[in-house]
Amino acid sequence: MSILVNKDTKVIVQGFTGKEGTFHAEQCIDYGTNIVGGVTPNKGGQTHLGQPVFNTVSEAVATTGATVSMIFVPPAFVGDAVMEAAEAGIELAVIITEGAPVKDMQAAKAHANKHGMMTIGPNCPGVITAEECKIGIMPGMIFKKGNVGLISKSGTLTYEGANQVCNEGYGITTAVGIGGDPIIGLSYNQILPMFEADPDTEAIVMIGEIGGDLEIQAAKLIKEQITKPVVAFIAGQTAPKGKTMGHAGAIVSGSAGTAKEKMEALEAAGVKVVVSPAEIGKAIKEVLSR
Amino acid sequence: MNIHEYQAKQIFQKYGVPTPKGIMVESVKDAVIAAQELGGPIWVVKAQIHAGGRGLGGGVKLAKTLDEVEELANEILGMTLVTHQTGPEGKLVQKLYIEDGADIKEELYLSVVLDRTLEMPLIMASTEGGMNIEDVAENTPEKIITVPVDPAIGFQGFHGRQLAFGLGITDKAEQKNIITFAQKLFKLYMELDAEMIEINPLVKTGKGEFIALDGKMGFDNSALGRQPEIAAMRDLTEEDPDEVEAAHYGLSYVALDGEIGCMVNGAGLAMGTMDTINHMGGTPANFLDVGGSANAETVAKGFEIILKNPKVKAIFVNIFGGIVRCDRIANGILEATKITDVNVPVIVRLDGTNAPEAAEILKNANIENIIVASDLGDGAAKAVAAAKGE
Repeated sequence: MSILVNKDTKVIVQGFTGKEGTFHAEQCIDYGTNIVGGVTPNKGGQTHLGQPVFNTVSEAVATTGATVSMIFVPPAFVGDAVMEAAEAGIELAVIITEGAPVKDMQAAKAHANKHGMMTIGPNCPGVITAEECKIGIMPGMIFKKGNVGLISKSGTLTYEGANQVCNEGYGITTAVGIGGDPIIGLSYNQILPMFEADPDTEAIVMIGEIGGDLEIQAAKLIKEQITKPVVAFIAGQTAPKGKTMGHAGAIVSGSAGTAKEKMEALEAAGVKVVVSPAEIGKAIKEVLSR
Repeated sequence: MNIHEYQAKQIFQKYGVPTPKGIMVESVKDAVIAAQELGGPIWVVKAQIHAGGRGLGGGVKLAKTLDEVEELANEILGMTLVTHQTGPEGKLVQKLYIEDGADIKEELYLSVVLDRTLEMPLIMASTEGGMNIEDVAENTPEKIITVPVDPAIGFQGFHGRQLAFGLGITDKAEQKNIITFAQKLFKLYMELDAEMIEINPLVKTGKGEFIALDGKMGFDNSALGRQPEIAAMRDLTEEDPDEVEAAHYGLSYVALDGEIGCMVNGAGLAMGTMDTINHMGGTPANFLDVGGSANAETVAKGFEIILKNPKVKAIFVNIFGGIVRCDRIANGILEATKITDVNVPVIVRLDGTNAPEAAEILKNANIENIIVASDLGDGAAKAVAAAKGE
């Protein structure tokens, strides 16, 4: 078992024939992802990477039965692409593109909600169920199958965390990079209960960042609903106030959203909080050998 | 991206949001000419820098005569203004805004921001104008009114009424004025891809009109491509020159106080690397995210920018390659040692895509001050030791 996606998930790629779309779709196919086609307007009817290309998402869904879309279109077209996927009946859109305008994402997310479509991202590495299905841009080889679920705002910390878990002899069920933009799709509070319900997941790694209050909300949910052990790291303890550290979401103003505040809330909820990402692997070993 | 007060007010005026009349100047002589043109009888001389708290820092002063305008312009122009938002080094004042004095009956607060939890814009208002809004939020949260506006329906009458009644405005003409004001502000927030608008204070005049006495605006960087007029308002002199140069090469750089230069891929891992260094007793000299398209040239540039800082005693390169290929980073490091004089120890941790090839490249190059680390913890420990001269 796993969450969100598995070896049977049928995936299409929006922005299939573009440079990024092509490169990463090929890597996903090599990993074993069941990519059943793609969408690029005005290229319908062609074959790309051995799969059919469609002009519209609804056509792609009708023909292939895809339920998940991986979105690689340029930033200015992300909002449009997400709304198209929602109306076409896609169940989960994984938005990899970085730099989509916030206003567009606000409208697209509201539309996705209305149509009951889940979204992940934007500006994220995607989602991977180890050794079954990779939908995104993460280096697949570091994700060995195992019993640890992982949720992270940061892409490279997803890799760092997964690598450490695997180096300790454990492995990953599913890892989800949720992205750090101001408007994001699935977040801790939707994904944590999925891991709680997944029989194969025995522990959870949660990686957060300064800015916003998603981690504080997660602490409340963990206290009330999560019985599996959680290890957390919050990046940005040493970040100066008022500065943007790459991610638009990582802005601290006043006391709201500081690493300290988040770490304390998580600790109070019974989470094993580590002060450095270098300690994630050891902490997982500790909670799993209790 | 942030803009100056005078630019925000130009935008307000274009959208019919009332502001006092004012003129931006860059010399004392022009300040006096501007004051004459405005006519008086009182003027406000305001420093234009991208930071709040200008009044308390001595950057906003009232003049009652043209001589006083000249005197104050002389005093403020060219001064280094220190406020709670500039940091101790302050900011050089290069522009002034000469503005008509306003008839102030009451000072209010009004802003539009994105509420990340509600996932829609939020109009925030308070009767406690002129104060630091964070303090108001902490001490008297009941004095802050919040009105979320769903862009799908736009600014409706009920949003306006919530705002007017929330602020305790009972006069019907005044209610109409504040509602129109907020409606126009919301319109420009949406149309211009603003990230934040803050008016503090928003002034109620003796006639019951509302005027934006101050104006701060920030914009969504991701939307600047479709907002060319806004993008043209960028003032590079307000930004750190090293950060601007780094951005030109696709690097995201922020200078800090410490001794260990950091070069990392990804914002999260970059912050996590800083945290690890700190935890091990060292101090990070900078945040540097090389981004997803790092190559030999960008890495070399990164070294050059890091080494400009004389405090740097060691550099920690920490890469977990996903899209970024480690062999390219390794070649970049070699390239950098050829172009720049890398006179401090460089601790290198390369993991992920093509890591074995990268290790081979570094080993064969056999450069004396390159120290290879096996993982994040090992690398941070070696960097801290190297910075201490151990």
